[in-house]
Amino acid sequence: MNADPIVGRAVPRRDGPAKVSGAASFTAEVPVEGLAHAALVCSTVAAGEITGIDLTEARSAPGVVAVMTHHNAPAIRIAPLLITLRGASFTRAPVMQDARIRWNGQPVAIVVAETPEQADHAASLVRVGYAPAEGRLVFDDLKVGAPQPDHVQGEAPAVLRGDAEAALRTAAARVDQVYRTPWHTHCAIELHATTVAWHDERSLTMWDATQAVTHSQATLAEVFDLDPEDIRVVSQFVGGAFGNKMMWSHQILCAAAARLARRPVRLVLSRSDVFRVTGGRTRTEQRVALGARANGTLTALVHEATTTTGINDGFAEQCTFPARVLYGADSFGIDQRVVELHTPANSSMRAPGESVGSFALECALDELAEQLDVDPLDVRAGLEPAAHPTTGKPFSGRHLLEAYRLGAERFGWARRSSTPRSRRDGPWWIGHGVATATYPYTRMPGGRASVTLSADGCATVRTAAHEMGMGTATVQAQYAADHLGLPLDRVRFEYGDSRHPAAVPAGGSAQTVSIIASVVAAARALTAELLHLAAPDSPLAGAGAGADDVEMRDGGLHPRDGGPGESYAAILRRAGRAELAAEGAASPPTETAQHAMHSYGVQFCEVRVHDVTGEVRVSRWLGVFDTGRIINPRTAASQFRGAIVMGIGSALTEETIFDERTGRVLNASLAEYHVPVHADIPPIDVAWLGHPDPMAPMGGKGVGEVGMVGVAAAVANAVHNATGRRIRDLPITPDKVLGL
Amino acid sequence: MKPFTYQRADDVASAVAAAAATPGAAYLGGGTNLVDLMRQNVERPAALVDVSRLPARIGIGTDGRLWMGAAATNTDVAADPVVRRDFPIIAEAIVNGASGQIRNTATVGGNLLQRTRCLYFYDTGARCNKREPGSGCDAVDGHNRMHAVLGASPECVATNPSDLGVALAALDARVHLAGPAGGRTVELLDLHRLPGDTPHVETVLAPGELITAVSVPPPPAAARSAYRKVRERASYAFALVSVAALLEVRDGVVASARLALGGVAAKPWRAAVAEAVLTGAPATRATFDRAAAAALADARPLAHNGFKIPLAQRVIVSTLEELS
Ligand SMILES: Cc1cc2nc3c(=O)[nH]c(=O)nc-3n(C[C@H](O)[C@H](O)[C@H](O)COP(=O)(O)OP(=O)(O)OC[C@H]3O[C@@H](n4cnc5c(N)ncnc54)[C@H](O)[C@@H]3O)c2cc1C
Ligand code: SF4
Repeated sequence: MNADPIVGRAVPRRDGPAKVSGAASFTAEVPVEGLAHAALVCSTVAAGEITGIDLTEARSAPGVVAVMTHHNAPAIRIAPLLITLRGASFTRAPVMQDARIRWNGQPVAIVVAETPEQADHAASLVRVGYAPAEGRLVFDDLKVGAPQPDHVQGEAPAVLRGDAEAALRTAAARVDQVYRTPWHTHCAIELHATTVAWHDERSLTMWDATQAVTHSQATLAEVFDLDPEDIRVVSQFVGGAFGNKMMWSHQILCAAAARLARRPVRLVLSRSDVFRVTGGRTRTEQRVALGARANGTLTALVHEATTTTGINDGFAEQCTFPARVLYGADSFGIDQRVVELHTPANSSMRAPGESVGSFALECALDELAEQLDVDPLDVRAGLEPAAHPTTGKPFSGRHLLEAYRLGAERFGWARRSSTPRSRRDGPWWIGHGVATATYPYTRMPGGRASVTLSADGCATVRTAAHEMGMGTATVQAQYAADHLGLPLDRVRFEYGDSRHPAAVPAGGSAQTVSIIASVVAAARALTAELLHLAAPDSPLAGAGAGADDVEMRDGGLHPRDGGPGESYAAILRRAGRAELAAEGAASPPTETAQHAMHSYGVQFCEVRVHDVTGEVRVSRWLGVFDTGRIINPRTAASQFRGAIVMGIGSALTEETIFDERTGRVLNASLAEYHVPVHADIPPIDVAWLGHPDPMAPMGGKGVGEVGMVGVAAAVANAVHNATGRRIRDLPITPDKVLGL
Repeated sequence: MKPFTYQRADDVASAVAAAAATPGAAYLGGGTNLVDLMRQNVERPAALVDVSRLPARIGIGTDGRLWMGAAATNTDVAADPVVRRDFPIIAEAIVNGASGQIRNTATVGGNLLQRTRCLYFYDTGARCNKREPGSGCDAVDGHNRMHAVLGASPECVATNPSDLGVALAALDARVHLAGPAGGRTVELLDLHRLPGDTPHVETVLAPGELITAVSVPPPPAAARSAYRKVRERASYAFALVSVAALLEVRDGVVASARLALGGVAAKPWRAAVAEAVLTGAPATRATFDRAAAAALADARPLAHNGFKIPLAQRVIVSTLEELS
């Protein structure tokens, strides 16, 4: 440990200069000799069969090297799903193995040519005939009687405690409403890109923009029946992922096409491909019903959600999770359903479940507060449970009440008007809203890391982890420096390469703690190695010399009892070693077995709603978070802010539009799918409590996703406060605000 | 994108000659719309004649009109001191459109001729009479939230997306053309055609005809003007509806009024009936309400765009109130 810890300092990003100067090389730019370029041809019907593919024109177009369809694709096995912890796929759909069409936008051919433009053009010349079949496309027709999924992220789809419907009927106050959120698309700025070079029939390197290096390696091995050792996956920089840069068909197709073409091949998805080939966040329809006593305590909490998946694909998005953990109630009626549609498999998108689920729950609470004429923060504070309300487990650490207090004061919550439609500034109605956030703590099993010391006293930490812009390389160097007792500039962090020890996918806000747990294990193994090397001449030799008897600090090992220590450099030098490396596996994530572990937060906002046009502009934001120890305030604040920006998008503008007649995504571009622009975003104030979680490695709980939770609800509640109108259907557009 | 040839024209005559000599040629302004459409295989020109280096002068001519070369960038027009002082709604309309980067590249000519943003027009997987005459229109019974409420036909319900065009429509602008058959001038209001049963024919331009300039007469000295645009995203979004208005009030009575609407029709829509209601009437809320009702009297909603009618009326009334 460093006496003056580096963890907690606002260290600048290590990748900053490379990214700002353009030196950072992204997947679509990696130089590879002899490279050919691919483009996809995608179906224009949602269901049915391919009846014929005419490649005559495409094959004779300039520069074409190869064309692959289901007729000449190699055997490709089904990719393992992300949820199995072996793979990174959301879909079980066969990749170009048959004539069947499962969604509108499914790749049906891949064209390889000398240049990207030639590939693109040739792809436009592929003529595909279809025998369309009636697809499952109209959610409102199919939602009635929708089945329960087998599980929701490993948990029961339903949680029933007491008779919530009966309690609702007799409640003194009652809210019973349906909330809807549309399909969303991730819209990372970097397009999905893959480059594959085969070295021989059985080995290859894939450069991929991915948040799952190790699991991509495993997937390629499985789908092509190869030895994972013969596959290298490299992902140095990823320009945003948000849960979508996992394993889809395009990487597999690129690899297959490269084998067919006998050339390295690069495939960069077009923006419309990203919308149609990969899946986004499911739409949801959610009923939340709350029964309450006059004092605001809940007699019933009902949250029933219906989401969509692809056909035999995707997963039940966990939108009822906030209702399982946030508030105490006498009875619970929680239930999830899924509707299978001929759409791309739905995928995880920042704060899957919690973000859209909290929209429904947190709006309903606001409606209840209004009915009870109680401050919405006070209603929430009055529902604070002593233990997890549906499992009974003790909380590992939960400081929501403190977050409410701090946030209310910092935001000036007391100065808001509790009467809707009562504040105005010229044509703008002003309103304030609040919502609670929560996100589960997870640590996926399976992470490993190595630590290598060199004779000059520097350390290199290696793991196949991911830097998608959130600051991984920076915060892990900070943590490792402290743990090894080295200055920050003596620690290197290498990642994004399957040659490094295996890592978990960057998802579930879990990567940071997972890597830390791996580094802890590697450092422990390294300590043992060092002691072994040091004996018998070292000053350490006398000191009981078990790994537990020494500590890593001041650039070396030192007996805990205060005896003389020795520097790493000295130990290596004396042993005549240039390097010493040790690898460790993260301990199994047992901390969640006994404890309910979650991040929390509270979102406050001010909106201005135009009286004439119904336009909503967010004018002020504060998020206060309880996410355990913060390693780097600078990168953590960016994560919170970025998530809030994304939440504002979901509140006001974002919607992936499907034509329900054809199942086709219509607004498959950034011109027509509206993520927020700068003008939509006010200065965002973020604060955190920083109480380390006693059960989490290093006390940290993950900061990537909780910041998005509650955002849409806070906006909707503020719009109500401004105008008196409840919008229960995202996004909150002018026509809805004006009731036109 | 289909392969194409490219040549840059140095003057109007050579541009027109080059286009006339090359079958399937298209003029290229800033390319911010055309190149997008080529990448989507919606437009497939065989040749591009780059006209972005043609005259781009902005200034008052000897005839007292404001002249803008067709190749002037949207940014240069919006930043021009004369435009800002004497024709402020032109600048307002421009800066309310697209993004800084796009406006830096987009030209006056290209802005006026940019194609509709109908989502089905952009998607070669959909049916669209404008893109492929006779194939049908997926928007009429499909997703049509952004579509037209005025002047549409069963064959096409697309809107013209230009903001600049709406301001120019209110200002009685003229468009100056050069073509293989020589030069001519058309009123901006006559430049675009309503879809009827030929939605693929969007303007009165003859094949190979080039926009060389746009000219605008000085507005009535006492008129006040405003451009108002409604959109859910604060910037970088097309109008749900927009309103360009000039209003001259003397002694409480409307002396002259000009009103144009955007986002409602296949062309910048001049609300002449509303102007007739306004002119000579007391400058009161009641008059403005009647004018707004008249402006949209012929409007026909589709399944998802009915909100545009009351929204446009609200914006008309509030803009007129603000100017009175
Ligand atoms: C995301 C996005 C948002 C946008 N938002 C808005 C908005 O809010 N409001 C708005 O008004 N616009 C908006 N735009 C559109 C933008 O204003 C237009 O793309 C731009 O004005 C077109 O100008 P250009 O010079 O690039 O035209 P080009 O793309 O070069 O050409 C457009 C068309 O005009 C033809 N053409 C060009 N010059 C001439 C000429 N001199 N004579 C004859 N034909 C010519 C071309 O052949 C082509 O058919 C947006 C665009 C994007 C991508
Ligand atoms: S509205 Fe016009 S542009 Fe849109 S699909 Fe119909 S015909 Fe095409």
